[in-house]
Amino acid sequence: MIQELLRYNTLVILAGTSLLGLVSGLVGTLAVLRRRALAGDALAHATLPGLCLAFLAVGHRHLPSLLLGAALTGLFGLACVSVLARGSRVKDDAALALVLGVFFGAGIVLSRWIQNRASEGSKAGLDSFRLGKTSGMILADVVLIGSVSAFVLVVVAALFKEFRITLFDTPFARATGWPTGAIDQLLMLLIGLVVVAGLPSVGVVMITSLLVIPAAAARFWTDRFEIMACLASFFGMVACVSGVILSTLFEDLPTGALMTLCATAIFAVSALFSPRGAVAARLRKSAGPGGGEAQSELSRSFELPEAV
Amino acid sequence: MIETSGTSTAKRHAPEAKPGAAPVLEAHNLTVAYREKPVLWHVDFAIHGPSLVGVVGPNGAGKSTLLKAVLGLLPVGSGHVEFFGQPLRKVRNRVGYVPQRESVDWDFPIQVLDVVLMGTYGRLGWIRRPGAAERTLARECLAKMGLEGLENRQIGQLSGGQQQRVFLARALAQQADLYFMDEPMAGVDAATEQAIFRILAELRDQGKTVIVVHHDLRSVPERFDQLLLINQRLVAHGATKDVFTAEILRKTYGGRLAILDELAVALKTGEPST
Repeated sequence: MIQELLRYNTLVILAGTSLLGLVSGLVGTLAVLRRRALAGDALAHATLPGLCLAFLAVGHRHLPSLLLGAALTGLFGLACVSVLARGSRVKDDAALALVLGVFFGAGIVLSRWIQNRASEGSKAGLDSFRLGKTSGMILADVVLIGSVSAFVLVVVAALFKEFRITLFDTPFARATGWPTGAIDQLLMLLIGLVVVAGLPSVGVVMITSLLVIPAAAARFWTDRFEIMACLASFFGMVACVSGVILSTLFEDLPTGALMTLCATAIFAVSALFSPRGAVAARLRKSAGPGGGEAQSELSRSFELPEAV
Repeated sequence: MIETSGTSTAKRHAPEAKPGAAPVLEAHNLTVAYREKPVLWHVDFAIHGPSLVGVVGPNGAGKSTLLKAVLGLLPVGSGHVEFFGQPLRKVRNRVGYVPQRESVDWDFPIQVLDVVLMGTYGRLGWIRRPGAAERTLARECLAKMGLEGLENRQIGQLSGGQQQRVFLARALAQQADLYFMDEPMAGVDAATEQAIFRILAELRDQGKTVIVVHHDLRSVPERFDQLLLINQRLVAHGATKDVFTAEILRKTYGGRLAILDELAVALKTGEPST
């Protein structure tokens, strides 16, 4: 088994997907705090028809072309959401669900049609995008995924304070001169890049979980934005690496699903056993009133005058 | 019994405006619409600093709208605004803002010091991170608002009064010459309100101008030097002693003046309320 893992190919795949997991957790933190997780999910599902159409155009699994097709229909889907939500008849969540359903449905029909007419070899190429499959990835694919992830990482690191102020207090940010609309669109672009880069290993259906779950887990450990982002990156990386390792051991199980299960395990541990988690809260409650949080609740409700 | 609260902060020893200086804020024929319905129209005024300016009027009359439109947060239907004789984008670093508390998500993972540090972002510009100098400034602003020791508290854990003071500390960290504050006294107890007014008066005495949307008429006469009375249009603008009259207040509030406010007005102006 160790020999399996130490094969050059596997190590390269591990390196690429750990970088993907890292930026997934990082961008996921921003997406969750900006409440864009659902938009990310709609984008992910809207990539399926693009993958199919690109496959039809190219004839075989040429990853850069497939991902380009995915990106185009994904962005087109988001544009449809904007147009729909602009009028007042279809609200944001309905518009997202609508686009998600229509595009994904069209994608399923297309992929079924392709399966029925294509040869065995090309069938396998397209199927793997639904739930992710890292085994059989070639070096060039990993380099592409790694480069996109590295680019996203650099952008987020450079503009960290700009994201922080826009996410926390948009009116203040705008009043002090920050272009919050452009920053919001940049965030959506970064989410799009992470989704598209994650399609081969995690798949259309699961990529949003990789954005959301590490960030949700990280929130249980800290009240500081930068720590949450770092922890979410770490959890994302661990979930991805674990998923890949399990995937080399059980070759017929989809990688995306395995990664998501690992991420969920991390979340469960965080939600239960972290200082802010359920177990600690229960212990505090049974310790009686006067402990930490109960005290601040009390003083808050009476608005005790503070000496200035 | 209506009591005149604490120390009067109306102009006594404040520095006089330099003759011929551009007004700190000038609005020309400003009209603001919301979904094609005009909510504020033909607002025209020039404010000279330094001064503590109150923006008063009934609920929904457009006070917050005026602030937001002036700062570019709401689209302006027609008219334009000048700050120190220039468009806002040229003098952003000289303008500070305290928004209404509702605009913020209090569960956001951020601590008090980090919120105040955001006031320094404008001067840092793109990509540069706050350094030791910015942190020192942030701590000083927190101390001025009486919040030392709370730097590492998550903001949702603070009381309403403390949260308001964090926002004010952030505005102080902007080191601006003109401040806009949208209902900074909302949900704040009497002692904190007094403390905040003291700080605003200090800013005015240092030569700055502070424009405050304020809802409580009782504190207006002895707190503000100038008033803008708004009811979907500018009803009156001028020195408090000139415009805080029963007649103008009646025009501004229509029949909506609450009983207590009417009594307070009657006490101040010596006229019987209707």
